[in-house]
Amino acid sequence: MPPLADTQFVEATWIMVVKSLVIFAVIFGILPLMTVLERKLIGRFQHRYGPNRVGPYGLLQPLADVGKLISKQAFKPENAIGSLFVLGPLLPVLSGVLALAIIPWGNVQDGVGFYGIDVPIGILYFFAVGSIAFYGLLLGGWSSGSKYSLLGAMRGAAQLISYEVAMGLALLGVIMMGGSLSLVDIVEAQGDLWFIVPQFVGFLIFMLAGFAETNRTPFDMPEADAELVQGFMTEYGGMRFGSFLLVEYMEILVVSGIAAAMFLGGWMGPGPSFLDPIWMLTKMLGLVLLFIWVRATLPRLRYDQLMSLGWKVLLPLATLNVLVTAVLVVVT
Amino acid sequence: MSAAKNGNGFDPKTASYLDSIEVVEVQRGPEPGGLGGAYRAFGETLRGLKTTMARLVEGPMTIQYPEEKTPVYPRFRGRHKLHKFEDTGLEKCVGCSLCAAACPADCIRVVAAENIPGDRVSAGERYAAVYEINLSRCIFCGYCEIACPFDAITMGHDYEMADYDRRDLIFTKEMLLAEPIERTPLKSEGE
Repeated sequence: MPPLADTQFVEATWIMVVKSLVIFAVIFGILPLMTVLERKLIGRFQHRYGPNRVGPYGLLQPLADVGKLISKQAFKPENAIGSLFVLGPLLPVLSGVLALAIIPWGNVQDGVGFYGIDVPIGILYFFAVGSIAFYGLLLGGWSSGSKYSLLGAMRGAAQLISYEVAMGLALLGVIMMGGSLSLVDIVEAQGDLWFIVPQFVGFLIFMLAGFAETNRTPFDMPEADAELVQGFMTEYGGMRFGSFLLVEYMEILVVSGIAAAMFLGGWMGPGPSFLDPIWMLTKMLGLVLLFIWVRATLPRLRYDQLMSLGWKVLLPLATLNVLVTAVLVVVT
Repeated sequence: MSAAKNGNGFDPKTASYLDSIEVVEVQRGPEPGGLGGAYRAFGETLRGLKTTMARLVEGPMTIQYPEEKTPVYPRFRGRHKLHKFEDTGLEKCVGCSLCAAACPADCIRVVAAENIPGDRVSAGERYAAVYEINLSRCIFCGYCEIACPFDAITMGHDYEMADYDRRDLIFTKEMLLAEPIERTPLKSEGE
């Protein structure tokens, strides 16, 4: 089997297992808290309190939600295509968990790399894995046998092709400046100056595309609860619906993580090196707050508006950004 | 009209109706789309973000109802109260049934009885032996309060009267005379 990871750095198998378990546990501890945080913050943005009844400060709200979702019937429409209908919510979960692996929480310390896996193709892995999530969306929407789901899935497909190219090009500038595809190397290259300063345009484009990638407002047309009754999720109920929701938050974390590593200096921060994961988490949470803030602010775009934004604005801007960066990298 | 004719060739005989209408140039915003549109959209987005952040800073305006209650105005017409004289402890109601006569919803029932000299209930000649208000019928118009010649019945400030049974909504004299268990907050001066 060809080596998946950087072959210069070898860890014991048990370390890898423990590492992945820790990452998994931490992320899945954060996800429910993120849902509460989002609902409470959105409430505050609208002069409300948000959930504050279940447990102290409403912190146990996600437990109640999950309890409700689990106890629901796993309903399947009559004309749904069974296997694909079940596969729909599973693929995004898979892609989200896989993408978590490359988020760097710190460099190698005491023989342990503070990341799931340092793949040499780094950011390509993120794109490859991230796109799998959309298969879940498309398959789920199409196999539901409902027109709302189909419309949601079609919008998802239209959205996918409009932002992914720009997203890739936005990161190309960072890759050129960092001189590597590996996220660990890119973070190491930001010792003096975070890439958000020279690559500000790239950061903006990446975040915009990130909103589209995670199906968040203002680009939540595949869901569009007002007109498509949750789009591709219409026919899903119970925990299948719950896993779609879970994945949305996981994708927010992943996109925030990639953005933090690529533009905000990853784990770089003052203090001893064991604080590195904390710094990374802080930066990620800052970006998560941005996601929530934008959701509380912006209305949903029409999907022709997203297409024209993606193709007519983001793509030329990203290309220009890449060209200028390339020239500057060669000159200096 | 001659002044207009001298002005810029306007002839009322040949001119159509359209010429007489004052034409106002419609002001339109810049065309949407393109790089300029994206730039403007970005600026407006920042403005929107500032607006929502200002709401966050202001803090929530929610009144958490069962724990906090909206203060009512002094003239708020809530659940009725019957009153006693503070010094003698006698009931003010003399059982005249004027409130029942004034009530448009016909929800008040009064049965009067004569006071016995040694054991007076009210200050007058008679008293209300039965005084019932059917609160499921009451429309809280306050006419009973206006009709009462002795200010024996007034509208209180309580509005939490929901119950599971209609029979429990028929308030007897004892219930109306008793102090309410929970007091509804009153708006302070100038609020």
